[in-house]
Amino acid sequence: MPFGNTHNNFKLNYKVEEEFPDLSKHNNHMAKVLTKDIYAKLRDKQTPSGYTLDDVIQTGVDNPGHPFIMTVGCVAGDEESYEVFKDLLDPIISDRHGGYKPTDKHKTDLNFENLKGGDDLDPNYVLSSRVRTGRSIKGLTLPPHNSRGERRLIEKLSVEALTSLDGEFKGKYYPLKSMTDAEQEQLISDHFLFDKPVSPLLTCAGMARDWPDGRGIWHNDNKTFLVWVNEEDHLRVISMQQGGNMREVFKRFCTGLLKIEEIFKKHNHGFMWNEHLGYILTCPSNLGTGLRGGVHVKLPKLSTHAKFEEILTRLRLQKRGTGGVDTASVGGVFDISNADRLGSSEVEQVQLVVDGVKLMVEMEKKLEKGEAIDSMIPAQK
Amino acid sequence: MYENSEGMAQLTLKGLTAEDEFPDLSQHNNHMAKFLTLDMYTKLRERPTPNGFTIDGVIQTGVDNPGHPFIMTVGCVAGDEETYEVFKDLLDPIIEDRHGGYKPTDKHKTDLNSANLKGGDDLDPNYVLSSRVRTGRSVRGFCLPPHCSRGERRAVETLSIEALASLSGDLKGKYYALKNMTDAEQQQLIDDHFLFDKPVSPLLLASGMARDWPDARGIWHNDNKTFLVWVNEEDHLRVISMQKGGNMKEVFDRFCTGLTKIESLFKDRGHAFMWNEHLGYVLTCPSNLGTGLRAGVHVKLPHMSKNAKFEEVLKRMRLQKRGTGGVDTAAVGGVFDISNADRLGFSEVELVQMVVDGVRLLVDMEKRLEKGQSIDDIMPAQK
Repeated sequence: MPFGNTHNNFKLNYKVEEEFPDLSKHNNHMAKVLTKDIYAKLRDKQTPSGYTLDDVIQTGVDNPGHPFIMTVGCVAGDEESYEVFKDLLDPIISDRHGGYKPTDKHKTDLNFENLKGGDDLDPNYVLSSRVRTGRSIKGLTLPPHNSRGERRLIEKLSVEALTSLDGEFKGKYYPLKSMTDAEQEQLISDHFLFDKPVSPLLTCAGMARDWPDGRGIWHNDNKTFLVWVNEEDHLRVISMQQGGNMREVFKRFCTGLLKIEEIFKKHNHGFMWNEHLGYILTCPSNLGTGLRGGVHVKLPKLSTHAKFEEILTRLRLQKRGTGGVDTASVGGVFDISNADRLGSSEVEQVQLVVDGVKLMVEMEKKLEKGEAIDSMIPAQK
Repeated sequence: MYENSEGMAQLTLKGLTAEDEFPDLSQHNNHMAKFLTLDMYTKLRERPTPNGFTIDGVIQTGVDNPGHPFIMTVGCVAGDEETYEVFKDLLDPIIEDRHGGYKPTDKHKTDLNSANLKGGDDLDPNYVLSSRVRTGRSVRGFCLPPHCSRGERRAVETLSIEALASLSGDLKGKYYALKNMTDAEQQQLIDDHFLFDKPVSPLLLASGMARDWPDARGIWHNDNKTFLVWVNEEDHLRVISMQKGGNMKEVFDRFCTGLTKIESLFKDRGHAFMWNEHLGYVLTCPSNLGTGLRAGVHVKLPHMSKNAKFEEVLKRMRLQKRGTGGVDTAAVGGVFDISNADRLGFSEVELVQMVVDGVRLLVDMEKRLEKGQSIDDIMPAQK
């Protein structure tokens, strides 16, 4: 739980050694980077909205590590967190985002026409395709820190923007707190419904406070474009469909996202963005594009091949279970997506997914026939 | 969350009012939801305690946990001693509702002289499997578990270890810090039913009491394994006296002796326990104010518990039932945890007396029902 400014000052009565967290069992990005010196330097600081260093790191203190993923171990409470706590966050960003430097510039490219191919991933293997990103509304604090009033304001602004969409984007908003059982069943069957976070990575950062107040799901009538309001970020924008036509998914994604941004801008609410970090989101791992473009793909043979991890690394891809970020895979079906977020554009990241998945499906087919895949192992992208 | 008036000013700049911030309590059934009004919230959000604890900090657990199937939860916590003063507009009515009409002007009586207990050494061990008395204590000068920093928590641990290390005789014992417990030590403590685990109850998690786990948490117990102290779980200290069987008197004797010794050891080190003549001992949860005492037994009542009058008997005896896993669990195999329902407005001796007398009666009733006899003639009056 975020501390008060008063209490943060009261803590200064205790020495650094007395307040510094015990990170001896920890293996996350925050624990790798945080030293007593950094802690000493930042402990008396706070953002204009009162977010402190202890707030930033609480989730990483409470969650030493994870069996499947190297967690970030810290969150932002507002846009200014990334500035006020840069001594901690810059090295974490660099470590997490492939050496990204404090002086680097990030490129945004949401022009779907720049994507090459992507409309022909084999649907016998690629079960579904999805692109998601997050957006934060400038001037309001983020889910770990925001008040009920701010959260409701985010919901109100989002609903106004979304209900003005038309054509293939015409849709409806379902607030979590007044959802009927029937609506809930349907949203679960459609794989749209997000539930109260149970992952301690999220709950320890305070993102589940006041659940389900101010939370909801909007989706278009066609059920191919949806927006989560006030889950881990202010907005999560998702384009998805069955099968392997990532091109179509990405086109809809870009079109819808740009429309939404335009509407928000008209009401004088931009999205948090800057030329160094790109789109500002709650988790430092999502900075830049905030984009995760992925597929659910059947790779029972390839996934048990000795070189699977190496191939993923070289293709700049990441695997997850089909339940999301910290789950295991089921039945040889993997969630394969881009590993990068910052330092490359949306188009570049989706291109990596399209090209990489195409290659892996070809490898899977070879392995099915008992053939070797050594000649197909790609160079490091 | 915005924790002070600067933060409040920030919210006002965004055009957000108390009404915009007021929680939606329409699905809620806890003490906090019963009493919190918009007017109250509007007034109380204007200032935090001197340590920066706000009304939102107080009520968060009640907002996040609308209700519970077995118990009427309090739905709020204190972050420091001053919480009970700064937020009295909300907490006084809750205290009154929870503690049988206890008024803001009432005085609470402390009595830790176990010689004042009558009987209690002969509850039938064929039915009463174990007896236990626990209370909590808060160390003045530190914030409480929902709000304390790592430094404060560690300071409470250090003081506790020093104080407990100087106990002797029947109370001589050892401290086991959670964070460097060996597997063997852990297994032993589980077998002894001593080990407390990281809280999983959302009632506790939502109020921030599990932060930094397991840092500065630990268990101390005497060599005889009949007296133990939990450090930095839901309260700074939880002091527990327990043993198999039905000799509640012995349990209470040890409890009072140990507790009084510990209090004087803390005082020697310049730290009193939080106490005042209105609220008695000040603890994290408003339900534990006063004595903070829960005296109880695990007792086999398979017939009685199915009897239509069970709840009525408990109520009249001022007793409460729980499952054998603790506050929000269900009973297993007809064995119930029966304890005093009151905490505030009665002394320690009075509360343990109610348990002793009440459990004796419940066991008598169980024996009657076993024989197919009626219990109507031994129904108690309302205590």
